[in-house]
Amino acid sequence: MKKIVTEVIPLNFWKYSTPKTVFPIASKVIPMAFLFAVILCVAGIYVGFFVAPTDFQQGEVYRIIFIHVPSAWMSMFIYIIIVFWSLMGLIFNTRLSFMMAQSLAPTGAVMTVIALWTGALWGKPTWGTWWVWDARLTSELILLFLYIGYIVLGASIDDIRRSDRTSAILALIGAVNIPIIYFSVEWWSTLHQGASISLTAAPKMAASMFLGLCLMSLSFWMYTIGAAFYRLRIVILKREKSSTWLREFEGAP
Amino acid sequence: MKPRQKRFVLILIASCLLVVASVIVKNVFNDNLVFFYSPTEIVSGDVPQKKKLIRVGGMVVRDSVVRHQDNTTVSFIVSDNVNAIKVHYEGILPDLFREGKGVVAQGKLDQHGDFMASQVLAKHDENYMPPEVADLLERSKDQKILGD
Repeated sequence: MKKIVTEVIPLNFWKYSTPKTVFPIASKVIPMAFLFAVILCVAGIYVGFFVAPTDFQQGEVYRIIFIHVPSAWMSMFIYIIIVFWSLMGLIFNTRLSFMMAQSLAPTGAVMTVIALWTGALWGKPTWGTWWVWDARLTSELILLFLYIGYIVLGASIDDIRRSDRTSAILALIGAVNIPIIYFSVEWWSTLHQGASISLTAAPKMAASMFLGLCLMSLSFWMYTIGAAFYRLRIVILKREKSSTWLREFEGAP
Repeated sequence: MKPRQKRFVLILIASCLLVVASVIVKNVFNDNLVFFYSPTEIVSGDVPQKKKLIRVGGMVVRDSVVRHQDNTTVSFIVSDNVNAIKVHYEGILPDLFREGKGVVAQGKLDQHGDFMASQVLAKHDENYMPPEVADLLERSKDQKILGD
């Protein structure tokens, strides 16, 4: 009986948990991801700036939303993926999981900076101030500090195993901040407005605005995938430089 | 238990503790995380007295905006549909300051119970639409009121 069970499941999940198998996949994914990112970005900017109508209240200033909202989403989502890989790494002791988490962090930090920056540019003409210490803005700033802390902590410990585990634990603790960012506008009275788009309700914006937002978000997704795999390749090359599979891979015609 | 399962249980317990701790922290800090108070909270005295500067948020009541002769001082009424408070402000209002829309003013109460603001911010809502749609909505709302 036992033999049959092993034959029914031919796909070996663990095969994809080693750098050796993921390295060539990453190499193939990177150019495709960047290509899609550019195409979607051009389409999204076209829809956002030429098709989407002017807002009835804010005028043209609202178009910052097409960069602000996708980057803010990505800043939170990338952190969730980092938490996921950190958990995997801590539980299953897989080297690649930690590498994935580390490859994502700089992109997450960049997304957070873009979200804060565009938010300030939007805040000045609409609210009348660049910055306020309300719950949404403050928790997003804390997210930036978490990203920086995660990157710095990982880089400051020489022993790779210890560095991986320590920074993974920091990532897990920081996960508390993500629901705080997301729900801050509901839990407390903030200057920042509530969500225009949620999974449970129809978007509170015109259809072409929503389309532009979707295209830009997909573009940011593709960019993140490309950038993360690009960095993953560098991390693998650094860490596995003495391994035989890499020498064979590079030596292959 | 395998070491893998042991690690999983340990992480699970640690995560639970973390969640409990953060819920407690959230409840403790709830009052301090409020960016502004409603006119009702200020009128009923729920606002901590020790705070020197407070913020009041609500809707600018329609036709309540009065510009004084020197043209820099302006006063308006902020309401949360239950209570209202009169706000005086000297300075430039943000572009999105409108009657019937959200506003957050920072300042303090004077002895008459009026609010002397040192900063006024426009609070935007989450609705985005083209001007034509906004017009239509406004018109249908008016018709509804007339029909009632």
